[in-house]
Amino acid sequence: MKVLTLNFLSCAVKSCKSSSDSFPLHPKDAELVSDDVELNQQLLVNLLPRIDWNALRTTSTELGFPQLPEQPPTAEELQADAKMLKDLHTLLMETQINEGKLVCGHCGHEYAVREGIANFLLPSHLV
Amino acid sequence: MNYLIRFSQSHETFRLPEIQSLALIEGIDMKVIFYSLESPFCVVNLPSPDAAARLIRRSILAMSIHELWGSGPDLSAVHAAVQATTRHLWSRYMICSFKFTIDSYQGSRSAEDKVRIINSFAYLGFAGPIQMRRPDEEFILFEDWEFNSTPLGIPDPKYYYFGRYLASGARDLPKKLDLKKRRYISTTSMDAELALVTANLVLAVPGKVIYDPFVGTGSFPIACAQFGALTFGSDIDGRSIRGDEKKRTLRANFEQYGLLAGLGGMFTADLTNSPIRRAELRYDGDGVTGRLFDGIVCDPPYGVREGLRVLGVRDPEKCPWVIPKGKEMYKNPDFIPPRKPYSFLAMLDSILQFSAQTLVDNGRLSFWMPTANDQNQEIPVPKHPYLEIVSVCTQTFNKWSRRLITYRRIPDREVDQEAMKAREEMKPVGKTADELNPFRKAYFSKFEPVDGGFNDAP
Repeated sequence: MKVLTLNFLSCAVKSCKSSSDSFPLHPKDAELVSDDVELNQQLLVNLLPRIDWNALRTTSTELGFPQLPEQPPTAEELQADAKMLKDLHTLLMETQINEGKLVCGHCGHEYAVREGIANFLLPSHLV
Repeated sequence: MNYLIRFSQSHETFRLPEIQSLALIEGIDMKVIFYSLESPFCVVNLPSPDAAARLIRRSILAMSIHELWGSGPDLSAVHAAVQATTRHLWSRYMICSFKFTIDSYQGSRSAEDKVRIINSFAYLGFAGPIQMRRPDEEFILFEDWEFNSTPLGIPDPKYYYFGRYLASGARDLPKKLDLKKRRYISTTSMDAELALVTANLVLAVPGKVIYDPFVGTGSFPIACAQFGALTFGSDIDGRSIRGDEKKRTLRANFEQYGLLAGLGGMFTADLTNSPIRRAELRYDGDGVTGRLFDGIVCDPPYGVREGLRVLGVRDPEKCPWVIPKGKEMYKNPDFIPPRKPYSFLAMLDSILQFSAQTLVDNGRLSFWMPTANDQNQEIPVPKHPYLEIVSVCTQTFNKWSRRLITYRRIPDREVDQEAMKAREEMKPVGKTADELNPFRKAYFSKFEPVDGGFNDAP
């Protein structure tokens, strides 16, 4: 799954939804692969308002990527900044978590990722 | 100027919503002058020939578009209209190569008749070479005949349209995405033509983000990715996404069509316990927080070919050991969480609520739902105060039909707060699949009339 997807996902347990610790999920034993994807500037600009920047900074650091700036760029800044575009593209669109786990910071539940597909199904006592 | 759209005479109720969606996508101001479900001809007003070509370039149900030079109930009316309104255009086509054809809908003409009719346009004075293959310009006389006109011996069509060919739709795309040639499909894969129409209705364009919560083998995401969107999907049954984990997988389908750039992420999840982050609905939201998707598209399971299930235990009192056992076992990688049957109507409601929370303003939800054709058993179109119905398209089978319903997420401040307060949580009762799903019950009882019908069902 793309790192972008991770920015859209919190813990599936209902009682965790109100806790800020349930998002973002923390990758554990993550095996990363890189896909070659053509850079799509229009897409990145469109995605920008939907990205939770603080969560992305956390994820980026946890996966060993360089620290992102504290504030997200505006759409104009992003369009003018070729390096930022490239960095965000590499992080969000090209980097994939292929194997590993995603851990909720609130309840500690671990969601397995196998062959790039994460499993968010919950056992009955958590539904 | 007016333009003539030549539709295919199939999926009639989908044609106008598709063209209107395309006008929105292309930012074209379109006025519909004439449209009828019984006719493949539609007259629209558009700002330019260029806009006309853009309008239908990705249409699945429109075959072609033409600059309309004249129309009428008989040939003399067509000639009068052409002479009265297009005289200034004739000189442009004096020397180019051209061809003249007749397209008879539900009728036919003998070769001599065709030549005679074509020659009646001689006053146009085109002096260029006539070229049957790849002419510079093509002029077509469309004839709209009564149904069954040949055996009934009807001599003339009921209406004529005459126009200059401009552009064709995207009727080759369904062939490209044809299920018969797709590497990986299942019993419930949506056929390519209707999946592409759905992608048009949900306004899938490059740079937009589309989500399918019942992704299966990926028919909708593939269609949306074909139009350049970035797609996400989930399914409660991860096996449908993984396939055989070799050549037949959802990802392999994207690879087959060279659409990998449009594959955002696929994961296993249940819509009623979705991991997708979202904010509670408000009347004064910032319009940004939690608004992840430009479009949501799905064909939820009806419980006929595919069971409708969500996470949970059907009858915890009857099998009290299931929950503690799950507690013990759930960390085992092979553990499959228990699932229980779920109400179809409650599921539709969950889809609407989820969409209201996660769609951007003016983002669209398009989903398929079945209903019985018998009015007593008909399932009403579900409503939500945050979602405005854009179109309802129907594909009819023998005793039932399925509808493609499209909604628009309206901005928070336009929401009817009273309606939202009045909206009661649907409380499904019953435990078996039949009790929960009136459509399934009616389907398997062959839509025999029942007392009460759907409206009294949970």
